[in-house]
Amino acid sequence: MLDDLRDLYQEVILDHGKNPRNFGHAEGANREAKGENPMCGDKFVVSLKLNDDDVVESCAFLGKGCAISTASASMMTEIVKGRTAEQARALFAAFHDLCTKDEDEQSPHPDVAEDDMERLMVMAGVRQFPVRVKCATLAWHAMRAALDGVETASSDIY
Amino acid sequence: MPREIDHMIQPFDVAAVRADFPILSRTVHARKNRPGKPLVFLDSAASAQKPNQVIQAMDRLMTEEYANVHRGVHFLSQRATDAFEAARRKVAKFLGAPGEQTIVFTRNATEAINLVAASYGRNFLKAGDEILVTEMEHHANIVPWQLLGMEKGVVVKPIPIHDDGSLDMDAYADLLTDRVKFVAVTHCSNVLGTVTPVKEIARLAHEKGVPVLADGSQAVVHGPVDVTDLDVDFYVFTGHKLYGPTGVGVLYGKYDMLKRMPPYQGGGEMIQAVSFAGTTFKAPPMRFEAGTPPIVEAVGLGAAIDYVEALGRDAIAAHEHDLLAYATDKLSGLDGVRLYGTAPGKGPILSFTLEGVHPHDVGTIVDQYGVAVRVGRHCAEPLMDRFGISATVRASFALYNTRQEADALAESLRAAKEFFG
Repeated sequence: MLDDLRDLYQEVILDHGKNPRNFGHAEGANREAKGENPMCGDKFVVSLKLNDDDVVESCAFLGKGCAISTASASMMTEIVKGRTAEQARALFAAFHDLCTKDEDEQSPHPDVAEDDMERLMVMAGVRQFPVRVKCATLAWHAMRAALDGVETASSDIY
Repeated sequence: MPREIDHMIQPFDVAAVRADFPILSRTVHARKNRPGKPLVFLDSAASAQKPNQVIQAMDRLMTEEYANVHRGVHFLSQRATDAFEAARRKVAKFLGAPGEQTIVFTRNATEAINLVAASYGRNFLKAGDEILVTEMEHHANIVPWQLLGMEKGVVVKPIPIHDDGSLDMDAYADLLTDRVKFVAVTHCSNVLGTVTPVKEIARLAHEKGVPVLADGSQAVVHGPVDVTDLDVDFYVFTGHKLYGPTGVGVLYGKYDMLKRMPPYQGGGEMIQAVSFAGTTFKAPPMRFEAGTPPIVEAVGLGAAIDYVEALGRDAIAAHEHDLLAYATDKLSGLDGVRLYGTAPGKGPILSFTLEGVHPHDVGTIVDQYGVAVRVGRHCAEPLMDRFGISATVRASFALYNTRQEADALAESLRAAKEFFG
């Protein structure tokens, strides 16, 4: 029983949940979107700066969420920094797969660096807790919406 | 075979009651090499579990006496009609309603409120009229009125609550101006457990000729309700929270009100005569029951009512009150627990937050211990805003819960606190 919980709430997640990185408004942000999880009411605002080369120069988030959503948001802001918009979108797709599909069902994501995927693997425990997938992907939906120039995203949609 | 319900003994025999609910003996989270945890079901305010008496009544109807109602001349149609109409009479008696003609079967409480909003609201309310609801209302008693507002320009206003969750009756008196043309209030909050003074609310509204609807979805579960004594114009509840099946709800309406109201939906069953030159409608309650009604579900609800009445609604209330007091005491003793809703005379619903742990994480952790609670906004977002929080954990107690289960909740919360400590 506690093993399942340890799979979900790995030390890295507990750490990011308690001490989120890039918590605030991204420096020089020119994109911003709100993410809502209608199941619990949690809301995040993800802001980022996309430079002329379409590279994410900075990314940050604001809001109050559970340990899973906060940790996921925190790790996301670290990982998308320095990636192009296209790469960030690919990361979203890869991360979504990671949270919802068993390894043998996941499609290949050639645009995603192996290192990034490895870092995100700590979130894979959420697969055993399907109702928590919306928590894990909340900030990611907001990030993608920000890139797409959409104001609000919901983690209810896929 | 379940026990005959008339053999039930006083005082409240919770072990015997639990034996009537087959699901309560199951475990959860069992794995190949690991036994499951006993189920501690503290989410009955969302939907209650079903006793054998309900399951078997529905099974019996479908096995032995099923056909469509109010139509056939054949044997089974008559039997099914008798069973369906007997359920209506049970509901009427259960609510203290003057007769079964005041009872409309709906799909759930939400549909019952939508029915009143659409039928009464569209025809008797106009732009600028105000509808009062409470700040602790379930979305089901907010959004139908807002939809009406968008269509007709009526204005929905909340009656505030005090910090303990009780309704601010002074504010209500102030809000009850000549612009108010309808009052729709919960009888028992699904989040705070607060029981509202519906009789007094109705008395004040009636002084101004304003009709009142009460949402009894939680209230009918936890104690006796008499709509005649409350003198409300409309009263709604849902079957599945009262140990009955999903898919059936109830609208009680004073007959004079129902008679004045046009149909809500059109179809078979609700018509007197149909022609392309014009159609006439049946009298209530049939006027509001278009299409084949929830026949099996209504019979299941009737069995659920028999069940709680055989146990005794006062006896149930006393048992649940004991659980509430015990659990409140247990949780108050835990470090970091903050309770929301402490109004006197409240129902057995405990909403709380655990310091340093998000309600969603609490829900996941206690679930691993077999404890089922609801986490989130509980379809009451304005209430969350009122307290400046995004979500709570809610443990709701029902007639089949025990003090040991309150202990299990407290234990699992301690574990959650430790986990995130």
